[in-house]
Amino acid sequence: MISAQLPILQVLLPLLAAPLCAILRGRALPHALSVGTVLLSLLVTVGLLIRVESTGTISYAIGGWPPPIGIEYRVDQLSVIVLLIIQGVAAAVLVGGGASIVREIEATRAPLFYALFLLNLTGLTGMVLTGDLFNLFVFLEISSLSTYVLVALGTDRRALLAAYQYLVIGTVGATFYVIGVGLLYMMTGTLNMADLADRVAGVEESTTIRTAFAFMIIGIGVKLGMMPVHFWLPNAYARAPSVVSAFLAATSTKVAVYIMLRVVFEIFGVPMFLATHLSEIIIGLGILAMVVASVTAIFQDDVKRLLAYSSLAQIGYILFAFGLATEPGVTASVLHLFNHGLMKGALFLALAAVALRAGRTRRTDLDGLGQAMPLTMLGFTLAGLSLIGVPGTVGFISKWYLLEAAFDRDGFIIAAIILGSSLLAILYVWPLVERAYFRKRDPALPPVEEAPLPMLIGIWLLVGANLLFGVWPDLATGLAERSALLLLGGAR
Amino acid sequence: MHDHIILRVITKLLMPFIFLFALYVQFHGDYGPGGGFQAGVIFATGLILYALIFGLRSAKKVTPPRVLRVQLALGVLLYAGVGVVGIMSGAEYLNYDVLAEDAHSGQHLGILLVELGVGLTVSAAMTLIFFLFAGQEQ
Repeated sequence: MISAQLPILQVLLPLLAAPLCAILRGRALPHALSVGTVLLSLLVTVGLLIRVESTGTISYAIGGWPPPIGIEYRVDQLSVIVLLIIQGVAAAVLVGGGASIVREIEATRAPLFYALFLLNLTGLTGMVLTGDLFNLFVFLEISSLSTYVLVALGTDRRALLAAYQYLVIGTVGATFYVIGVGLLYMMTGTLNMADLADRVAGVEESTTIRTAFAFMIIGIGVKLGMMPVHFWLPNAYARAPSVVSAFLAATSTKVAVYIMLRVVFEIFGVPMFLATHLSEIIIGLGILAMVVASVTAIFQDDVKRLLAYSSLAQIGYILFAFGLATEPGVTASVLHLFNHGLMKGALFLALAAVALRAGRTRRTDLDGLGQAMPLTMLGFTLAGLSLIGVPGTVGFISKWYLLEAAFDRDGFIIAAIILGSSLLAILYVWPLVERAYFRKRDPALPPVEEAPLPMLIGIWLLVGANLLFGVWPDLATGLAERSALLLLGGAR
Repeated sequence: MHDHIILRVITKLLMPFIFLFALYVQFHGDYGPGGGFQAGVIFATGLILYALIFGLRSAKKVTPPRVLRVQLALGVLLYAGVGVVGIMSGAEYLNYDVLAEDAHSGQHLGILLVELGVGLTVSAAMTLIFFLFAGQEQ
């Protein structure tokens, strides 16, 4: 019985725990409840993974109303791989982030912080599970609203400004998305994705459908930090509380990419994607992000900001592979979505440890931390190597698939740009490692010690995943390949 | 506001009717126009009117923000809890059919409880938002 309820449990666990957290007082209880919830959610995800791998796509009718009348939850390989990254990072971040939350969130706000975090998790999870476009919008709003508040909770006063900026542009993005949904509904009379896919085929040529397509792509583009509408992202990631940065950087843009994949390939289909020349535009924007964001990252002083720009560049890789709309392309896109979540989760969580012990996260704060916090900085370095794409890490697997996707379309120049962008990654990651290991900490500053044990566990869970899926990539690549088949197969 | 006797008397007269109307909209929502959200807002306007005329402090004595926060969470839990009962009875989440003997009264009961949850949360949220903005000067 329980296995049939897994899709809804995945959303329900954090949804029920969030109001409970809001009622509780103090720090210990909400923390324990949240950690318990995310660990249980991770188990549910593993259960879903096993079920999808053995029996294929799962469909769950909310309220007993069969789709397309009722809301349907649909779990396939693509949902599962995104769920794995969301739940995995949420678990690592909450298990490891306790000390960081104590330092950065006031005691009176702690219960609400946990409630918001769990609501955010609910929203992201729901977006991945639902098979209904409007239900997706509701979850998008749940996750967005909680994100705005979480960002505003940052210790820096500028966090408020960053949150406000994100609020304005994020609302525009969500509105564009829902306008697109409205237009689609006008033309087809349905909101169920699978049903839409069938019905759009009949009215493809109309201007309304094209307009809906444009609105939805731009709306989702804002949420995923596509290059010309990305400017909210570095501020939001840099100013948010450290733990929130780690969670958001690893998950929220990934879920937006997931929606983009679903909307473009499942609902509108590859022919339309190619006919509207969106393919070329997205490849172009992806390449632009790879280069411009990487170069910008090199010149950042705040390491959190540097990693945020690096995220933009990595989204560039994902978008480029996505834009190819070929099987190797979509595989690479999904795979990098997963792998980048692992890298950035590990890097930002290690940085949360640095913020906890050294107080701030400017470049100079890393000086000498190689000796003072050996385990944290070793984790940071390994995750950094993964970001560059060194063999033995997930970064290498990603780059391999990305290059394969580029060569598949004879994109030798693009392949060269990917390699060049990887070199840029060395330029922004390596100076940090050098500072940590080859410089002495300013003796005038108070000495630092190693991060607390739970935090090290969190960091090393993610770093370990980086290495594990780098040496044994079968699970991730298998899921990514089958996701690509599902997405592109559905369009044909 | 101590000398505005007309305002004070009229408010006292109006408040029971506002609350009654809110409850009417709440519990008649499954047959007529209305439902939890509208009812919650109407209920909150009663409290807000009270706060406007008799002052924030006495309004907070009537509905302490702490209680409102619990009410806020309870509404959500009630809504989600009704769904969980569906799961416990072996059906899908939020399947109201299994809540009572037959599907018809099950659906009736389900929607009533769910809307009650919405009403609780919305009225608490509206009142809290007002308290927050009104309390900023203090």
